[in-house]
Amino acid sequence: MNVRVEVTDADRAPGSHRSGRDRLRSYTLGLGLAILLTAASFAASSSSSVWGPSIPVLLAVLAIAQMGVHLVFFLHISTAPDSTNNILSLAFGVFVVGLVIFGSMIIISNLNHNMLPMDQLIDMHRQR
Amino acid sequence: MNTIVDVESAEMSAGVPLSEWGPAPARVVSAFGFWLFLLSDIIVFSALFAAYAVLSGQTNGGPSAIELFDKRHVLYETSCLLASSFTCGMMMIATDRREVALTYFSALVTAALGIAFLRMEFSEFAQMVHQGAGPTRSAFLSSFFTLVGMHGAHVTVGIAWLIVMMAQVGTLGFRPMVVRRIVSFSLFWHALDIVWIGVFTVVYLGAFS
Repeated sequence: MNVRVEVTDADRAPGSHRSGRDRLRSYTLGLGLAILLTAASFAASSSSSVWGPSIPVLLAVLAIAQMGVHLVFFLHISTAPDSTNNILSLAFGVFVVGLVIFGSMIIISNLNHNMLPMDQLIDMHRQR
Repeated sequence: MNTIVDVESAEMSAGVPLSEWGPAPARVVSAFGFWLFLLSDIIVFSALFAAYAVLSGQTNGGPSAIELFDKRHVLYETSCLLASSFTCGMMMIATDRREVALTYFSALVTAALGIAFLRMEFSEFAQMVHQGAGPTRSAFLSSFFTLVGMHGAHVTVGIAWLIVMMAQVGTLGFRPMVVRRIVSFSLFWHALDIVWIGVFTVVYLGAFS
């Protein structure tokens, strides 16, 4: 009755994985990589062997890599055809997050740049 | 035991055109819907991250980030959350195998690590407020407490949810409905860990570099 078919679901739910053993391997591998990347970012943040001004960029790269590790090995988001819905919604989420964060930073730094220094601003008010 | 799922999958792969597959199984729909919720939750966090990024230098003569944060403390918090993400994965494997004892045990470890994280975060907040660096001191501290506190509130809700799920496993057993909720919980917990990567990189390590 219970015929074992090679399962190709219409869509794969986020977090689901094909077999139990694959899952265990995926979680263990993910944990190992995440520990490695976390240790690397903590070491990099106060390292003197990296050129100072480049450290924020290095931290950003390590953080994005670790987020990728979590997505692939813990949430099991992949680029497989049955995971298209998941990856497309993720792409849209990342797009909006990028707009909100970098958009705000650009706008506010531009405003800061164009604002008069505080003492001149106070002088202007007094002259009126 | 798995007859329903197998028939469902067999029908889908039996050369039926995509347009005639009909609605996806409930487990896929609920997990995908929860995934969409998580993405919108991350967008909420992105607004708080943007506020922090813009305000982190505005200390108004008060203490700055580098004077307040303790890197070792953050490393402990990070390890707790990362380990709890792993044990949450173990809970999912146990749930898939319908092993009650292992599910309870890994849920207990997950909740304990989450509570340890919350305790550390709370002691950090209490110490900062005690030093006169509370959320009302400067724009930097307001945005710090909002961002990190929001993450802490999510972790608190997650632990409460986990306790409710274990009560449901105890009373209802591994019904499809309960399993779907546990799957959603694990997605929530992993997503919180992803948000924490952003927090420790931007807020804490960003202050030291």
